[in-house]
Amino acid sequence: MTVVIPEVDEVGTSSSENLLVELPREKLAWMLQRMCEIRYFEEKAEDLYIRGLVHGTMHLSIGQEAGSVGSIATLRPEDLIIHHHRGHGHTIAKGANLTTMMAEFLGRESGYCRGRGGSMHIADIPGGNLGATGVVGGGIPTAVGIALALQMHRSEQILLSYFGDGATNEGEFHESLNMASTWKLPLVFICDNNQYGMSMHVSKVMNIENISTRAASYGIPGKTVDGNDVLAVYEAVLEADERARSGEGPSLIDCLSYRWRGHSKSDRNLYRTAQEIDEWKHKCPIRRFKKVLVDAAVMTTDEVEALDQAAKTAVDRAAEEALTFPEPSPENMEDEVYAS
Amino acid sequence: MTTQTTREITYLEAVREALVQEMRADKEVFLIGEDVGTYGGAFGVSKGMLEEFGYERVRDTPISEAAIAGAATGAALMGMRPVMEVMFMDFLTISTNQLVNQAAKMRFMFGGKCSIPMVIRAPSGSGTGAAAQHSQSLEAWFVNVPGIKVVAPSSPYDAKGLLIAAIRDNNPVLFMEHKLLYRLKGPVPEESYCIPLQSAEVKREGRDLTIVAYSIMVPRALEAAEKLAAEGIDIEVVDPRSLKPLDEETIIRSVCKTGRVLIVHEAPLTGGFGGELAAVIAASEAFDYLDAPIRRLGGLNVPIPYNRTLERAAVPQVEDIVTAARALAQEGK
Repeated sequence: MTVVIPEVDEVGTSSSENLLVELPREKLAWMLQRMCEIRYFEEKAEDLYIRGLVHGTMHLSIGQEAGSVGSIATLRPEDLIIHHHRGHGHTIAKGANLTTMMAEFLGRESGYCRGRGGSMHIADIPGGNLGATGVVGGGIPTAVGIALALQMHRSEQILLSYFGDGATNEGEFHESLNMASTWKLPLVFICDNNQYGMSMHVSKVMNIENISTRAASYGIPGKTVDGNDVLAVYEAVLEADERARSGEGPSLIDCLSYRWRGHSKSDRNLYRTAQEIDEWKHKCPIRRFKKVLVDAAVMTTDEVEALDQAAKTAVDRAAEEALTFPEPSPENMEDEVYAS
Repeated sequence: MTTQTTREITYLEAVREALVQEMRADKEVFLIGEDVGTYGGAFGVSKGMLEEFGYERVRDTPISEAAIAGAATGAALMGMRPVMEVMFMDFLTISTNQLVNQAAKMRFMFGGKCSIPMVIRAPSGSGTGAAAQHSQSLEAWFVNVPGIKVVAPSSPYDAKGLLIAAIRDNNPVLFMEHKLLYRLKGPVPEESYCIPLQSAEVKREGRDLTIVAYSIMVPRALEAAEKLAAEGIDIEVVDPRSLKPLDEETIIRSVCKTGRVLIVHEAPLTGGFGGELAAVIAASEAFDYLDAPIRRLGGLNVPIPYNRTLERAAVPQVEDIVTAARALAQEGK
């Protein structure tokens, strides 16, 4: 069954509207504010890049904010994530300090990775963000090991392992899902399906309609969800979390969405039309969530806009402050490679 | 260490003893790999360990070298001390993304805020008739990756002490076990002991010429030295034991003393670790003491062949070392 993602103006409510009642209002506000922070952070990142203030490349998840926020909102504070190069969303949703994150993006010593990782490799280990991997699918086998340690330690924590649609064509995906399902490890595999592996649309690189059907190979539940509906993502991932936490093993959640921007900064969008991109902008997950919250009278328009404004202010302040931080020194760099 | 507790065991038994003692001492240590449990490992290294430690800590896996390496990397990131066994070093090609792009990089890439204490046990080398895809010595690849350490013991004593040190090290350590050395016997204390990774050892003292060799080439160099002793050529054999970090000092001191050096390894000569050793020596004070050019003896630039005669001819044998060392001892005289 194909998931159809509606345009915001057609949206009546969320398919998971029960959550509007079940979840505390503060939780819903938290979700909207994080989504806005991700959007503003990435717009700011792009702006800084255009102004020549950023050394490296970046991979923006604008349009996909519901996936990272909806999934991480299900976690307990001590739970863990491991993710990928398009990882600003997961990092913010997991509770990153925006200034420290912006400092890393700008390559500063006070950044999360002291300027050694950059946009593609932000990790906040004490915060449970075990890092972003730049090699497509490369974080998935590592996720197996993290979850294995949780299982061997009889921990109640779980792990969310994120990767893109392209990663599901890697051998590491197969090896890892097979191993994790065989051992019933406490994690959830989440595919941030933005429909393109760089220039290649999913329909050109796989002979199936829904990535979630791959779960059948591993005897685990698989579900494709409307990845622009933050509550639908929440509902699907929460169910998978409970399964992982109770020792039944992993699930595969295919979070269908779309990236508005190019793959990275070199992308000239030769593989898709401006019309296609425009259509997806009419399916904006943030505008949609705002509409759902207002239509259901959970919040007023003024209240959602206040959250939006607070997010913008926080990102602006973070960038302003991070730009003043010092660059790292190349001195003694070799001494940091190995742990003593 | 008292002599009463030292007895002769094989290199394979020494590896097993190190694993068993570390697993008894630290519950975070576990073994993971293909057929390490019920089967006891492809070469029998982990025989009997399943019975003592159970399925969780002597963990049989699917045939999935990338996921095995990832499982070890992730568990290490969580503070465990996994020891992964790859059945043949050649299969590390399938694990390489996890080892090179994940395990080796994470500490530095994440600003020094994590460590990856894991060991990769890799049966290496030729001589078993296993041909091109089960006989390689890939140490030079990994030496060139910042973040990984590389160890290649040549005796049962070294195998035990270095493996214990590798397990206790807070970094990914590639531990090469030469398949032909598994049956080599030697004195090994029963007690647990560590050999620091950056410590070369002079395996035989001599005045005329230094041979720097590691892994299987150490016993071959020692045998060659005995033969040449009969001809009046007195050879010193130095075993770096760990290639990275490298104890340069012991090697340089030996070359300063003898003035001649032959570097021997099994891996193909071109791009092999011998080039690095030669450069280290040439750039040191030993350069002024050299009475002849630094010579290298390595494997031919061929995949390891199946046929016994061809296989022997592809990598340095005792007689090749004798010939090369004899020529070098005379060079420039």
